[in-house]
Amino acid sequence: MTATETPSQVPQAAGGDVLTSGGARGRLPRIPDRIRRGGLPYLLLLPALVLELLIHIVPMIIGIVMSFRGLTQFFIRNWSDAPWTGLHNFKVAVDFNAPIGEALLHSFYVTLAFTALAVSISWLIGTVAAVLMQENFRGRGVLRTVFLIPYALPAYAAIITWAFMFQRDNGLVNHVLHDQLGITDKPSFWLIGDNSFYALVIVAIWKSWPFAFLMVMAALQNIPRELYEAASIDGAGMWQQIRKITLPSLRSVNQVLVLVLFLWTFNDFNTPYVLFGKSAPEAADLMSIHIYQSSFVTWNFGSGAAMSVLLLLFLLLVTAVYLFFTSRGRKTSDV
Amino acid sequence: MRRIRAAAAVVIAVSTLAGATACGGGSDTSGGGSNDSPKTLTYWASNQGPNIAADKKILTPELKKFEKQTGIKVKLEVVPWADLLNRILAATSSGQGPDVLNIGNTWSASLQATGALLPWDKANFDAIGGRDRFVDAAVGSAGAAGKDPSAVPLYSLSYALYYNKKMFADAGIAKPPATWDELVADGQKISKNGTSGKWGLGAEGGNLSENIHHAFVLGKQHGADFFDGSGKPTFTSPGAVAAVKQYVDFMAKDKIIAPGNAEYAQNQSLSDFSKGKTAMVLWQAAATTFASQGMKPEDWGAAPVPVESGTPGQGKGTNSMVAGINMAVFKNTRNTKGALNFVKFMTSDDEQKILNKSYGAIPPVKAAQQDPAFSAPDLKVLKDTLSTSAAPLPQVASESQFETTVGTAIKELWADAAAGRAVTTESVKAKLTKAQQQMTQ
Repeated sequence: MTATETPSQVPQAAGGDVLTSGGARGRLPRIPDRIRRGGLPYLLLLPALVLELLIHIVPMIIGIVMSFRGLTQFFIRNWSDAPWTGLHNFKVAVDFNAPIGEALLHSFYVTLAFTALAVSISWLIGTVAAVLMQENFRGRGVLRTVFLIPYALPAYAAIITWAFMFQRDNGLVNHVLHDQLGITDKPSFWLIGDNSFYALVIVAIWKSWPFAFLMVMAALQNIPRELYEAASIDGAGMWQQIRKITLPSLRSVNQVLVLVLFLWTFNDFNTPYVLFGKSAPEAADLMSIHIYQSSFVTWNFGSGAAMSVLLLLFLLLVTAVYLFFTSRGRKTSDV
Repeated sequence: MRRIRAAAAVVIAVSTLAGATACGGGSDTSGGGSNDSPKTLTYWASNQGPNIAADKKILTPELKKFEKQTGIKVKLEVVPWADLLNRILAATSSGQGPDVLNIGNTWSASLQATGALLPWDKANFDAIGGRDRFVDAAVGSAGAAGKDPSAVPLYSLSYALYYNKKMFADAGIAKPPATWDELVADGQKISKNGTSGKWGLGAEGGNLSENIHHAFVLGKQHGADFFDGSGKPTFTSPGAVAAVKQYVDFMAKDKIIAPGNAEYAQNQSLSDFSKGKTAMVLWQAAATTFASQGMKPEDWGAAPVPVESGTPGQGKGTNSMVAGINMAVFKNTRNTKGALNFVKFMTSDDEQKILNKSYGAIPPVKAAQQDPAFSAPDLKVLKDTLSTSAAPLPQVASESQFETTVGTAIKELWADAAAGRAVTTESVKAKLTKAQQQMTQ
């Protein structure tokens, strides 16, 4: 739609309105021309937009407002009574010399390490599995289905099973590692202490690699087979084909996939909460559970909201920088 | 196209965060209750029996009885402990909650501070037969001193030392320990430094509340409180540090607790006890759980929790917290009269006898306590403890934060002990210092 068309449509729309209100004689009201021509897509989007506002934007704004108030247990019954505290909650959260800020910073580092490991390994496993599944062989359909099971299982049920397997005395993991293979001299703890970080990473990878697998598999279907045929006639081996054809063709999918995996993993709440309960061990103290503890468990919702807003800002920044760089690289390669 | 994708990514980024930031809006918070719907009540019961189904089976006939008497239908929901406090907080901030609910008595002052619960002033107490019907200590654990209680005591509990009679006999131990030295010595006879495959004592290292209850009692025995008179935290006093260290040392130094207990949080220590893996547990009213796990009443005994002097009493002789469940009325109820009536019914002498017998608890109602059933050996221990040597946890508004911060500190110390790292006065003090710093915002 160009700017010059717009003025001529305004009177039409007005006329349509008159018609609608005047001609209500059992006939269906006429849809105004303007809406019929250009507005229909927007009309269809409207319910989604309203729901998006209600479900995401409004609570988010409430969260941001909360972060500027001293919303403690004394005020949760009537939020509007909570005093405005300006930037106090933020100051406390980013004062890294004081215990609360220090704990938040520690939790931030833990989350970064966790996200880096979980995303890269999930992506790697998913991509390798998808590439291997391209070949036609017996049982491919079954394997594909099996691979998708972790993605289809309800998160809570799956993670609680992991929690049982990680138990020190009766868990499957120690039974295999210690009792059967004898790799460790004594049973290890997985749900407390330093190992809890690895337990968390393992469960997160198990949970998210099927998604990477699914996405990459779909993208692989779109690469024309002729490319591979031509390459093999030119004498390219499998590894070269993957590097020169597969990976570049996956580029646009990977761009979104890695970003989405990053955001999901960084914000993962279910995994630590179900594995460790209300207070995660220090080694596995992810931001999401840390914020939960700072608000729900200690009943200081203002402080928790401030930390959430900081997290939001950080993720927006990462997303913007990521998109800026990946799109710029793309522009030059497109030329 | 590119711009749309960028926008889409931003939307995803924003929306994945919405969950972290948002938690419902509170609006209808004006005034107190009303009597708009006099024929129904919603009741959130805490999980007291071995499981939720058992609770429903115990409570449903009683609720039917109430319906028959008054025509009020009570909708029952049994809420597991792990969810109860969150559910109450959500109900408080949204104003949409049950009419009547159970709360752990240690939350009384914290919840009182939110203003969500109907205060029990004289008029309300009179409506259920008067404050004098209840044991004083139980009412004392229903809110901060000097304020109208936020709830009414429903079931009273205290800690006791439960021991396995056969394991004691096998190890040549004649009677349950009365002092901590005796307990450690007896425990070592059974665990033999961890070589026997059996253990002296059980603990729930991952359960923050359990950690707090024991630290509090041991603190009292060391002459320390975790809060001063003005409600300020004093977690790092020498007595408090010694108390926490003494508790964790049962694993770290005395080696009478199995290292695996450090991660227990689902009452695994009770199943270990029932299976004959550990000889002793410190627990509140464990009889029903033991029975449900196949133990016969003659298999185990109950004794008062040890104290330094050997004779429980007040002050340094404290050997239990005043544990219990209180019954509260949600201030936003739409049936205040019915709710008071229901509390009156549940705290009546007859119902108190029936309910407390079912749960192995002690009635906080004086008249009901006289029933001979509550003089059975194990219940007599609980009753005597409650009347002579139990003290309520600090009734301060920040009690729930105390449970979280100090409970977590002790959980981390258990993890150290289990991993074989040294637990020293310094390391305990460092953890408690961190916990205390998190309290002052």
